Amino acid sequence: MSGARLGRVLALAAASSLVLAACAGGGGGGDAGGDVTSVKIGFMGDLTGEAAAIVIPPRNGAVMAVKEYNDKNPKVKIELVQYDSQGKPDQATSLVTKAIGQDKIIGLIGPAFSGESKAVGGLLEENKIPSVSPSATNPGLAENGWTYWHRVVANDSDQGPGIAEFLVKAKSPKKAFVISDDQEYSVGLADAVAKSFKDAGVTVETDKFAKGASDYSSTVTKVASANPDVIVYGGYYAEAGRLLKQLRDGGVKATFASGDGSLDQQVITGAGAAAAENAVFGCPCNIPSPDVTGTLKTFFDNYKKANNVDPAIYATEGYDAATAFIKAVEAGNTTGEKINEYLKTINFEGVSKPIKFKANGEPENNAIFVYQVKGGVLKLLGPAEEAKLEG
Amino acid sequence: MKGNGVTGNANPLRRVGALVDGARDWWEHAKAWQRYLVYLGAVVFALILPAPAIGSFMSPGADWTSVLIYPIGTYILLAVGLNVVVGQAGLLDLGFVAFFAIGGYSVAYFGTQYGWNYWATVAFGIILAAVSGVILGAPTLRLRGDYLAIVTLGFGEIVRITANNTDEIGGARGITNVPHPTDIPGVVEFGLLPAPYYYLILIAIVLVIIFSVRLQKSRVGRAWAAIREDEDAAELMGVPTFKFKLLAFAIGAMIGGLAGGIYAGKAVFIEPNTFPFILSATILAAVVLGGAGNLPGVILGAFVIAWLPERFREVNWLKDVLDRDPAEYRILLFGGVLVLMMALRPEGLLPSRRRRAELHEGTGGMGTMGAEVAGPDTDVTTTEAAK
Amino acid sequence: MLDEFLNQFLPSTVGGLVVGSIYALVALGYTMVYGVLRLINFAHSEIFMIGTFTSLVVITAIAPASPLTGFALFGVMLLLILLSAAISGGAAMLLEVVAYRPLRKKGATRLTALISAIGASLFLQELFALVVIPWLTGKAGRNQQSSPRLVDRDTVFTIGNAAVRTDHIIVVVAAVVMMVALDRLVNRTRIGRGIRATAQDPEAAVLMGVSIDNIVRVTFLLGGAMAGVAGALYLMEFENTVYNVGFVLGIKAFTAAVLGGIGNLRGALVGGVVLGLIENWGAIFLGSEWKDVIAFTVLVVVLMFRPTGILGESLQKARA
Repeated sequence: MSGARLGRVLALAAASSLVLAACAGGGGGGDAGGDVTSVKIGFMGDLTGEAAAIVIPPRNGAVMAVKEYNDKNPKVKIELVQYDSQGKPDQATSLVTKAIGQDKIIGLIGPAFSGESKAVGGLLEENKIPSVSPSATNPGLAENGWTYWHRVVANDSDQGPGIAEFLVKAKSPKKAFVISDDQEYSVGLADAVAKSFKDAGVTVETDKFAKGASDYSSTVTKVASANPDVIVYGGYYAEAGRLLKQLRDGGVKATFASGDGSLDQQVITGAGAAAAENAVFGCPCNIPSPDVTGTLKTFFDNYKKANNVDPAIYATEGYDAATAFIKAVEAGNTTGEKINEYLKTINFEGVSKPIKFKANGEPENNAIFVYQVKGGVLKLLGPAEEAKLEG
Repeated sequence: MKGNGVTGNANPLRRVGALVDGARDWWEHAKAWQRYLVYLGAVVFALILPAPAIGSFMSPGADWTSVLIYPIGTYILLAVGLNVVVGQAGLLDLGFVAFFAIGGYSVAYFGTQYGWNYWATVAFGIILAAVSGVILGAPTLRLRGDYLAIVTLGFGEIVRITANNTDEIGGARGITNVPHPTDIPGVVEFGLLPAPYYYLILIAIVLVIIFSVRLQKSRVGRAWAAIREDEDAAELMGVPTFKFKLLAFAIGAMIGGLAGGIYAGKAVFIEPNTFPFILSATILAAVVLGGAGNLPGVILGAFVIAWLPERFREVNWLKDVLDRDPAEYRILLFGGVLVLMMALRPEGLLPSRRRRAELHEGTGGMGTMGAEVAGPDTDVTTTEAAK
Repeated sequence: MLDEFLNQFLPSTVGGLVVGSIYALVALGYTMVYGVLRLINFAHSEIFMIGTFTSLVVITAIAPASPLTGFALFGVMLLLILLSAAISGGAAMLLEVVAYRPLRKKGATRLTALISAIGASLFLQELFALVVIPWLTGKAGRNQQSSPRLVDRDTVFTIGNAAVRTDHIIVVVAAVVMMVALDRLVNRTRIGRGIRATAQDPEAAVLMGVSIDNIVRVTFLLGGAMAGVAGALYLMEFENTVYNVGFVLGIKAFTAAVLGGIGNLRGALVGGVVLGLIENWGAIFLGSEWKDVIAFTVLVVVLMFRPTGILGESLQKARA
């Protein structure tokens, strides 16, 4: 092989490729002009991966909202296109490029998680596609200067203090132990909780463990030796269940609390009903239980009819995110830019909470709701300011 | 050489193999201008690859140019780098992703914290990767093959976990707003459009290939071959085996670092979970599947491994048959295909002839499995070595 | 700091011994297969996973209304261990036939076999996540599956401030018994001699009338059975499992095997326990998130000074 000559040829080709570079790019989202009879809205999140349990309920909520709207035979119908990113930033990036370039979506519900939101936010901004996430709670997302990005849930820096302040009020602890696994969401929430405990004059000790670990004996040992009054865990339900069980087995009796990532029935199956009893969960989400009334009740019944299960985490938020887009389209907006302008001014009574966005895309209403395990089921105690712990 | 084609009728892959062999015989006797044409063809092909017409078949589900950059281009770059270590020097590395991570993190960290020029951060990342390759290699390269495997695996995990637990470099949060490559005024602008990155990674791949081929033909390459075939004999013949092994490690690491730098510039956001162990295993699988030691094979292997799972997401008739999203089955299939391919064509899709000869003598490379006894198949292929 | 260490030392030691015993049992499978075939059997972690699910199914079927004690507990534990060992051992043999035997017959390289092993590992994980687990449990395959409680967490005795519980004792005793039995089997019986002979020199072993295929089969059976036992103990102790439970544990167990001296049965025991203890002790100072880093750092340091592990290689001759 004649390497030197090969080199020259390739160098030449490489140089010319730079010129070609401009030709191969994908186009941006095209403006739909004239009479539009249907538009596409995307939904993106982990639909088949490990955390799908958190994303399927909001997906169902969004599907419901769009279906209810289309059934009214409106002038402009909405088609909901689903993108399964499996929660992976890489996948989300290439899916968003496709959603904008080929499918020509004019709005995106999601991405569901913070990592993927971070990865695609710039792309959406560049292409003027508004997004409303039903469940990404990372505080940093609002600090990127993105004007097309929104969410309908309170972020972790509201959630962390919400949980800590609630516990301080309910239990007046002297010492708290804050645990998390090593994932982004977990660490972020745990840091926020630890900070507000310290601000409230509570002594804080911490430990972290690797996500894949199954033996938490060293963490349990640390907690037992610290003997705290309350334990807060930042992380997802699978780990929370295992940790809670091993803590109780290790003789630790302090109140256990966690955030939205752990708010799932599986935390109770994982820990065992006895170990999980009285555990406390804070969440920016509003999950209706069968005994609710009013619009929430209608939502509960419709959701149950359509999906054969009770609404779970972020179902109402998914519905509200979709409703925001529906209202924008109803008002005659069919381009990303116009919808975004409309979202800036939107103000309606959503199922989960009143929906109104701040300039940076955060929701005006950042209520945290408190849940507690009672008799093996999660029970809504109400917004953090009003909720009273039982036992 | 004829052994395969004549006796292997039962196995369709062997027929393909025979075809490939034919093509290679032609290549070896091809005139300079013929080879030129092939190079030219390959380059033109690579240039027009992002065309939407090709993309609509290759990747109906996701933006084709993005897929070409990651995973395809990135995997190819990594595989060519790992090939230096595994294919050429015969060292088993299960933690290659560590160097990818080091390259990516240098670009992200120095770019965001100190505002260095993108190209400077890439260069620095390459140096840093090489240095860490030497630091890892110096105490461990005296170990035998399998110990090296577990130590490199451990190193990959140490790098990932350390990145995850160190707040200075973002911890689990990762690093956001990594700067794009600096624009070259009047020629190219690196923004959010994927195309410039594709050509950037293409240039990187071409340069690395040229580098790798030159290396293979040099004294260094011959020393690596000697080490790979019989380390003791090489040592006796005066080859400073340790130094050359270290060099292979460092060069592989540099290429890994380069890939990381390009990746970070495109992705804008990196986090520790971008660099899991399974990526090391996947790249190793790409190298071996393609045919360790043979560059066209390695590139083909990386392409297949990066592209197949993506493509598999969008097979519509499977959706109907399974009544489920076929994307869910893609890792299952990937695993199955690996097992099957290794059973049907253990030398890889396009094996290096030299490697193949070594392997069939039963002593070359990383050696055969223990408890190996001549089976019905072995005698058929022993003619290989005779050629 | 020292105060903390002293306060946590004994409980950490108990925890380290328990998890170390499980590492050791899984490490045996890696070490035996490596000794005979010089192959890193990457899919061994999935054999362990199969063991946990076998136990899950058995416990769920028995569904004890309350934790068991006395003879009932002994009987159920024995049943659990035997069934899991049988299923895992069988799965390991099947794995060998499908993924490794064709390669062996072709005289493929170990690198090829390693890729086949990685492929088999992914395949088995996904097969369980997509097909087997939904079929066994009727729940989504990627979710964590929990089992009812089999053993009460009663403190049997305390050493200083460390409580030693019934479940701890069961794990450690069962692991030690299994390892002694295996050690006897390999060192005292005819089939064990065959294994050792093959590990040392396969060609000579064939000439002496050893059937290599049989030996390889038995090696996988025994290694798989040990992983099955580990799976049963794991499920009893942690009461949950998931399709990729073997991944992290497998890497740790393989590290333990290398640490002790790969190919060496007693080395697997030493390596497993040392790894479990050092991880837990190190976590007192650095925090539990550094456990894996501690484990791998110890491995590198040990290999630098003792290139063949703590006890060295003994199942086979040392190869340069």
